[in-house]
Amino acid sequence: MDAIILQILNGLDKGSAYALIALGLTLIFGTLGVVNFAHGALFMLGAFCAVTLSRLLTLSHTVIDETKTDFLGNPLKVDMPYVNDIFGPEIGSTIIDWSVPLSILFAIPVMILIGVIMERGLIKHFYKRPHADQILVTFGLAIVLQEIVKYYFGANPIPTPAPDVFRGSFDFGAAVGMDPNVIIYPYWRLIYFAFATVIIGAVFAFLRFTTFGMVVRAGMADRETVGLLGINIDKRFTIMFGIAAAVAGVAGVMYTPINSPNYHMGMDFLVLSFVVVVVGGMGSLPGAVLAGFVLGILESLASMSAVIDLIPGINQVIIYMVAILILLTRPRGLMGRKGVMEE
Amino acid sequence: MSNFQFTRRGLIKAAAATGAGLAMPTIISPAFAQNQAGYTNAPAGGTVTLGFNVPQSGPYADEGADELRAYELAVEHLNGGGDGGMMNTFSSKALKGNGILGKKVEFVTGDTQTKSDAARASAKSMIEKDGAIMITGGSSSGVAVAVQALCQDAGVIFMAGLTHSNDTTGKDKRANGFRHFFNSYMSGAALAPVLEKMYGSDRKAYHLTADYNWGYTTEEAIKSSTEAIGWETVNTVKTPLTQTDFSSYIAPVLQSGADVLVLNHYGGNMVNSLTNAVQFGLREKQVNGKNFEIVVPLYSRLMAKGAGANVKGIFGSTNWHWSLTDEGSKAFVKSFGEKYGFPPSQAAHTVYCQTLLYADAAERAGTFNPCGIVEALEGYEFDGLGNGKTLYRAEDHQCFKDVLVVKGKENPTSEFDLLEVVEVTPVDQVTYAPDHPQFAGGNLGQCNPGA
Repeated sequence: MDAIILQILNGLDKGSAYALIALGLTLIFGTLGVVNFAHGALFMLGAFCAVTLSRLLTLSHTVIDETKTDFLGNPLKVDMPYVNDIFGPEIGSTIIDWSVPLSILFAIPVMILIGVIMERGLIKHFYKRPHADQILVTFGLAIVLQEIVKYYFGANPIPTPAPDVFRGSFDFGAAVGMDPNVIIYPYWRLIYFAFATVIIGAVFAFLRFTTFGMVVRAGMADRETVGLLGINIDKRFTIMFGIAAAVAGVAGVMYTPINSPNYHMGMDFLVLSFVVVVVGGMGSLPGAVLAGFVLGILESLASMSAVIDLIPGINQVIIYMVAILILLTRPRGLMGRKGVMEE
Repeated sequence: MSNFQFTRRGLIKAAAATGAGLAMPTIISPAFAQNQAGYTNAPAGGTVTLGFNVPQSGPYADEGADELRAYELAVEHLNGGGDGGMMNTFSSKALKGNGILGKKVEFVTGDTQTKSDAARASAKSMIEKDGAIMITGGSSSGVAVAVQALCQDAGVIFMAGLTHSNDTTGKDKRANGFRHFFNSYMSGAALAPVLEKMYGSDRKAYHLTADYNWGYTTEEAIKSSTEAIGWETVNTVKTPLTQTDFSSYIAPVLQSGADVLVLNHYGGNMVNSLTNAVQFGLREKQVNGKNFEIVVPLYSRLMAKGAGANVKGIFGSTNWHWSLTDEGSKAFVKSFGEKYGFPPSQAAHTVYCQTLLYADAAERAGTFNPCGIVEALEGYEFDGLGNGKTLYRAEDHQCFKDVLVVKGKENPTSEFDLLEVVEVTPVDQVTYAPDHPQFAGGNLGQCNPGA
């Protein structure tokens, strides 16, 4: 039982990342009708916004430390961040320590800009082309983006730790009177889950309670009619692309302390996120979120050794099995609208 | 949504086409270049070409880049440039700094992408199109085994790069292939006594193992060597090679009653699983009245960098480290450091040695004929290349030398200063019989000169 609770907790966290990426994918598909294979790359670019800010904050000048030597026996060159010079060592190191949360502020405008440039510069030329072309061009774009990142940042993962106060884990078991060490969960993952909930809530509220959101929803339902009413729906959809990029980006920023980012991290999430979208129902925002969490939890439960012993390899295929099952029995997905994806 | 001409079938077709295009292995032809000299690619003019087959793209590209730096340094030294590096400390004095057998050394490079089919294709291209007489490099056991078999068939020598699986010189050994790197068995044999000294003999270990060849042999080696010192193995769990978030595998560890976690992971897997384990606060926990500990059997400095501060205090083993103070290591660190501005990795050291050893064998044999090289390297003992007295055993072409047990450094002074050598395990302690069960099966066969 403890093991199951623990894996559900785990699944919520994994599901948060899936849900955030799938939410962006669905926003783009629902508004522009484009299957964006570069969405994983946006998640990765978000993570590298965190790396970039952390590099900017640790920009340093070298100081020679005569008391120590480097590997060739020369006096050791120590890097001294400019932030320390400006704010003093104490505040300076606190700012560096908090670089990941600070990166959210940095990533939102950057990612919106990248999203808008991507849509206006490339993807809009493919609206009238077959979906196979759209998939190829966005997939190609994803490869180009990750190679650019690899060129500048290298192939190795780059450690980007959470602020010191959030290291370590919370003992749920001990908090509710069970044995200690039975149900523990890292603080930062709890924060990630809370953060995802807030972002998802904000996107839904934006679409539901603002005029802008109402127009976008109307455009998703019937683009032509909204256009005939004299509303420039394309402009709004471009903005939605930017917002979707920002959602993927901040999901990436907050993910960096969980796994050190590398250029390939977007691809790792991309395929799973597509499965999430298909299971949730193409074009359905609540479906994407629900499916994200459900598949995250299922994946975690399937990784339990008791389950693997029973059905070897289940941990690697569970998500795809669920996807096949859903597509066979309910092709429009869990919450997809009737008729969509059904021939 | 009615305005989208989009069908599920269409999406799946397009996605499948994209995937199939990417996954299509390089199709290669069966013919190899041969000539009249009695062996493949006998050098005709005043030059000899070596083929450096390293990951230039993909997840191990940084390791591949360090290997290439070391190869270029080795070629420079062989041709008489630079300060000579380890040629000055090498116990054999056959190398004169005038190339190999008087021929100037040139090289071509290939990209293994850390994929067996891509690595075979690039090796084949270097042998057939560029006339490479020897292939060397790589950063994965899967690649090493695949390329070694190809070189055996083609009749060229293969000097393996980073490959730690027992199988490379075990069940998949080949007469034309040689390995300078250590292996899983040696890691187990070197680590166990140190772990016993540090953590005692009453421990319960939980293994997370990468689900492929290298993972299995490492798990088997560490399991049997730690069980020999009295540890109990509570559970061994295979994790998919493509896994990035290990939380669902790490979360149950504490519940199992284990007090040591062994991460049989390398590269990105190691960085992520270790980072996740530290996030879960495992190292601050007390289990069975003892501090919870983590062990990483195979360390690489380049990988340790990715895991950052998480490696502090964690034990593992490594083939070589730049902080060694023997004359060979010092000479190599000096030439590499002065040329590139930072210390070399174990990958760089391994491939530099491999190049020198090949060149030296050719000089001693007086020929580039692979069978001559094999004869010169089999049972060859030498010193001065950074790990003390070293033997290339004739029975399996495995190199036997001291193994380093290292620990993540508590107070690193630079981004290269991440590991400290805890113990240099003498070669006798890591030597095993050629028919040891962990290396069972396989046949070295006869050397193949090709033509």
